[in-house]
Amino acid sequence: MSKTYHLTSPFTEEVIRELHAGDIVYFDGPLFGIRDLTQIYIFDKGNPPPVSLEGMPCIHTAPSLRKVGDKWEKICVGTTTSTRMERFTPGLIGQYGVRAIIGKGGLYEDSLKAMQKYGAVYLAIVGGAAALETEQIEEVEQVYFEQLHPEALYRFRVKNFGPLTVAMDSHGVHLYEKVTEQVKKRLPDIYAKLGVL
Amino acid sequence: MATFDYSIVEEAAKQLYIRALCNLPPDVREALKKAYARETQPTARSIFEAMFKAIEIADTKKTLLCQDTGLPIYKVRIGSSFDWNGAKIKAALYEGAKRATQEFPFRSSSTHTITRVNPQTSVGPGLPVTYFDFDGESDVLDILMIPKGSGSENMSKMKMFYPQHGIKAVKKFILDTVVESSANPCPPGIIGVGLGGTSDLVMKLAKDAIARPVGQRNPDPMLAEMEVELEEAINATGRGPMGLGGDVSCLAVHIESAYTHITQNPVAVNTQCWPARRARAIIKPSGDVSYGF
Repeated sequence: MSKTYHLTSPFTEEVIRELHAGDIVYFDGPLFGIRDLTQIYIFDKGNPPPVSLEGMPCIHTAPSLRKVGDKWEKICVGTTTSTRMERFTPGLIGQYGVRAIIGKGGLYEDSLKAMQKYGAVYLAIVGGAAALETEQIEEVEQVYFEQLHPEALYRFRVKNFGPLTVAMDSHGVHLYEKVTEQVKKRLPDIYAKLGVL
Repeated sequence: MATFDYSIVEEAAKQLYIRALCNLPPDVREALKKAYARETQPTARSIFEAMFKAIEIADTKKTLLCQDTGLPIYKVRIGSSFDWNGAKIKAALYEGAKRATQEFPFRSSSTHTITRVNPQTSVGPGLPVTYFDFDGESDVLDILMIPKGSGSENMSKMKMFYPQHGIKAVKKFILDTVVESSANPCPPGIIGVGLGGTSDLVMKLAKDAIARPVGQRNPDPMLAEMEVELEEAINATGRGPMGLGGDVSCLAVHIESAYTHITQNPVAVNTQCWPARRARAIIKPSGDVSYGF
């Protein structure tokens, strides 16, 4: 049965290992925003993050921000599709100690293995609901690698961020894959009813 | 005949883009509520609840529902009993989409297809996508605006079947396309289907299909029946909201069709995400503008 958790970031390995696919998570605290170019810059161009990501959640962000003086303000912050980020994820988890990846659409096998090995999860956000996400971001605390904006490294502070569905857990369960398996099992009957066989 | 001030069309084109991004149509809200009512899985229900909260925040704060501002599409129906100037309308749509982007302001999602340079205007060669149709019975300008997000648009598919494959292959193709697109198009949305025509027309028909209010049936009973049949099939898969499992995998299937070549049997699928955004303006020759969906 699915459980609902209210957590505070950064996360310990113990807390993350308690989570199971299908659980719902909300959390308060720091959240790092990353995406394609951020990770190309870190991993391919050899620029380590200038801040510790140990225990942190990282979101595949699509940020619309404006800079007023020295301060970054949110306009609309949404989430982008995760599948493009697969290549970098084992490194984020293994090398930098990230404990939660937040995105939509899920990741693949190598990420799942890293999550099992080091104790991390993938949390699925509701796509298309940027209005809610923006509301739950209290502040854009810091922008690192600012020259990469809108693909920089962002430190947001969030309040009651969610609902997030645990879609890949540290026990090797991949919820999207599980649903895909169920869909495949149902398809022959659906084809038969539709008369397309 | 009095000269019409086309800055009215430009202003309407701007307002339409903003309205579409911020204010979800009532039929979509209703369809989501009905979907929530029949959803039994707890995870899926919490996803619907987040959608409702996001819609409410976009309403109260007059803000964007989704950060993907999409590619702007304007479908224009020109009433023939007034002397509308098509070239001026087209220019006004271009300027209106650009002004919406720069004056709101919101992110331009439009870019050069090779250099990937985004001039932050939402417009450029070929954009906004504009379609013109004509109505012999009226004197108004009817403009429907759709911002089309990429999560769903990237899942579009078209196939030229042969007549020998019949309707069976077409139905299977539609179902398989939805199954393969999985969580990507932010389900549950509208599955737009085009049948017949040429390769370009069939894709446009699928786009016309997603532009209809949710659940409005095709007037042809044969196609309406097929819509229901496909809706049931898609919802029976259990893919669920955001692809994480559940009873509701689509809000509706809409089909639009045209005659085709005797040797052709084309089908196209264009999906619209759960925030099925659209906005409409009716402009009278007097310059009065009324907004709706």
